[in-house]
Amino acid sequence: MGFMDSLKKGLSRSREAISEIFYMGGEVDEDFWEDLEDTLVMGDMGGEVASRVTDDLREQAARENITRAPQLREALAKRLAAEFVPAKGDPFTDLPSCVLFVGINGAGKTTTVGKLAGKAHGDGVPCLIGGADTFRAAAIEQLQVWGKRASVDVVTRERGADPASVCYDVIDEAERRGARLVLIDTAGRLHTSADLMRELAKVVNVTRKRCASMPVSVVLVIDATTGQNGLNQAKEFNQALDLDGLIVTKLDGTAKGGIALAISHQLGLPIFRIGVGETIDDLQSFDALEFCRALVGEGM
Amino acid sequence: MFNSLTDRLQNTFAELRGKGRLTEDDINRAMREIRMALLEADVNYRVVKEFVARCKEKCLTSEVMDSLTPAQNVVKIVLDELTDLLGSTDSKLVLAQNRTPNVIMLVGLQGSGKTTAASKLAYLLKGQGRKPLLAACDTHRPAAADQLEALGKEIGVPVYRGDGRDAVQVATESIRYAVDHLNDIVIVDTAGRLQIDEEMMEEAVAIKRAVKPDQILMVVDAMTGQDIVNVVSEFANRVDFDGVIMSKLDGDARGGGALSVREVTGKPIKFASMGEKPDSLEVFHPDRMAKRILGMGDVVGIIEQAQKVADEKSLEDAERMLRAGFTMDDYLSQLQQIRKMGGIQKLAGMLGAREESVDEKQLVIIEAIIHSMSREERLKPKIINGMRRRRIAAGSGHSIQEVNMVLQQWGQMNKMMGKVRQLQQSGSSKKAMRGMSGMMRNMGIDPSMLGGMGGGKKRR
Repeated sequence: MGFMDSLKKGLSRSREAISEIFYMGGEVDEDFWEDLEDTLVMGDMGGEVASRVTDDLREQAARENITRAPQLREALAKRLAAEFVPAKGDPFTDLPSCVLFVGINGAGKTTTVGKLAGKAHGDGVPCLIGGADTFRAAAIEQLQVWGKRASVDVVTRERGADPASVCYDVIDEAERRGARLVLIDTAGRLHTSADLMRELAKVVNVTRKRCASMPVSVVLVIDATTGQNGLNQAKEFNQALDLDGLIVTKLDGTAKGGIALAISHQLGLPIFRIGVGETIDDLQSFDALEFCRALVGEGM
Repeated sequence: MFNSLTDRLQNTFAELRGKGRLTEDDINRAMREIRMALLEADVNYRVVKEFVARCKEKCLTSEVMDSLTPAQNVVKIVLDELTDLLGSTDSKLVLAQNRTPNVIMLVGLQGSGKTTAASKLAYLLKGQGRKPLLAACDTHRPAAADQLEALGKEIGVPVYRGDGRDAVQVATESIRYAVDHLNDIVIVDTAGRLQIDEEMMEEAVAIKRAVKPDQILMVVDAMTGQDIVNVVSEFANRVDFDGVIMSKLDGDARGGGALSVREVTGKPIKFASMGEKPDSLEVFHPDRMAKRILGMGDVVGIIEQAQKVADEKSLEDAERMLRAGFTMDDYLSQLQQIRKMGGIQKLAGMLGAREESVDEKQLVIIEAIIHSMSREERLKPKIINGMRRRRIAAGSGHSIQEVNMVLQQWGQMNKMMGKVRQLQQSGSSKKAMRGMSGMMRNMGIDPSMLGGMGGGKKRR
């Protein structure tokens, strides 16, 4: 199954819902606008964004005298796509590069690191995994299993070790063996726990300082099922760590990941990858217009 | 963006002041605010629609329309309706009396917190005198069994891993193991799965068939958005569960999903999972959840947290303060108390205040200044004159203005303490008591109302 197909499948619920609006009657009236706003809300885009997008589209419809709903489909996709911030680079292909993965518990950081390492190894890029999640039970073991699967070495320490010093070791080892891509997994934490956020800031600072040989990026991993709290998460992480971008995981379910749009727009963060399935190839580059077209059901 | 509902409604109704009577249009506007507040809390939009319609009907009664404080009345109606919907406190696990071992099975999406919840549940049951066994039936995620084993070791609960290949087989064997080792309850941790993953859902059903659990609990992440409806209804259809554990409620997610779960499946929320520690599985309180969803703060939660932190010594301190007055040392220890409770920002968040309005750094400055005072100065701050002020400022690395500010704050607190002392000495003056209890009641409803009552918008 191709990438677009799996993305479309994942987004099918909201696409169906939006398609329904566009096909039903086809006439643009009050109900249409209300339903449209609801559908956007259902995609976790948030009440505020949804109403703004709807109002904009409504103006456009009036200005251009569009009375048929289907004509608004492409306009909506473009409107939504414009909310995303385009990426200026790609930390996973602009090598050498060192990337730290941060996020709340259960967002999919470890799995993402595993997949990216597998991809890099497949492309022949000398890669190294750093296991700085020394807090969660068996996080190191989980990462090591991924490392074995991807045939990429994992540098870590025992559970309870200082994560910042793990990063130090990782960079040392990476420089020693000339790794071009370094992926560092960190322990998941809630953005509301001030102490853990400070610890993470230290980890990031140590890595940034130590790692002179390659640029360091900090990527927030966010679960597509996350609701409006995702914005709070991203804000806090961004404030503490100065994020470079996002990875949205678990888009293969029925969740739409609309919160990604709100985050990208509000914090000016690009989306580097989206996860649309279980296998290594299901972690794909992000294309805003494609994403939004799939969301509104373009070309079905 | 995250204003509390009361603020929003107060703004709406403020424009209507002096109008004498509210029209249906005005109520409609209030309902729109409620709709937005619920959507921001991630309540499913369909649930929101029905809910708002129901509330509107109630609000259209003359009691609300003619009332002098329509905003508060509307909030009360919404809050009551919401609490009602969230159901009664029902944290009991229904376990068959004549069955050994009892079996509890946990299901949920990836990353919702099943493995952590399993160990917390085991810890809870162990505390109740049971002998739990954890069964590691997540055979898919790498090292999931290792994680469970590590957690089990921490809380002193055995973990059955089997060969770690076939989840159904591990589950079946774990029951036999429990019988052999005299464990009277088995907690089955399963792999996370998407509700649209046919194979994985089959596996969950197969495990259920094999171990016939007394209770199946679904673990739901409090941060889940609109999609929660699809997830829980599919799980309810396929596996069927008896109750929900809401996880990650220690964050600042409003957890509107709880409402959606109740509305869509009718299943009760049994537990709230509040952190990383094994004892952080708590009874679910619908009334607190309702306030949280509306962004009205969790006053009861703060009081409980304060009680947890407050120890014998603090009580003695309080008595001494009443007797001998409030010293700088007391001020300092209060600041440290706030720290212990998770920082001022967490407290402010619980109270529903905007987070930017409080500054953690302020605490550090105050601490530094007090630390630069001599012992005598701390006990009798009144002796601090100009010379001493200059010395303290230099010693703490802050300006004299800042030192003055700290002294001023201390003065206010000391005055307050004096009032309390007077109250105490004059016995329980009935009038004062009434005033106090009225204040408490108001706080119980909503702390930010106090700010609103003064007319101005105080937010500190």
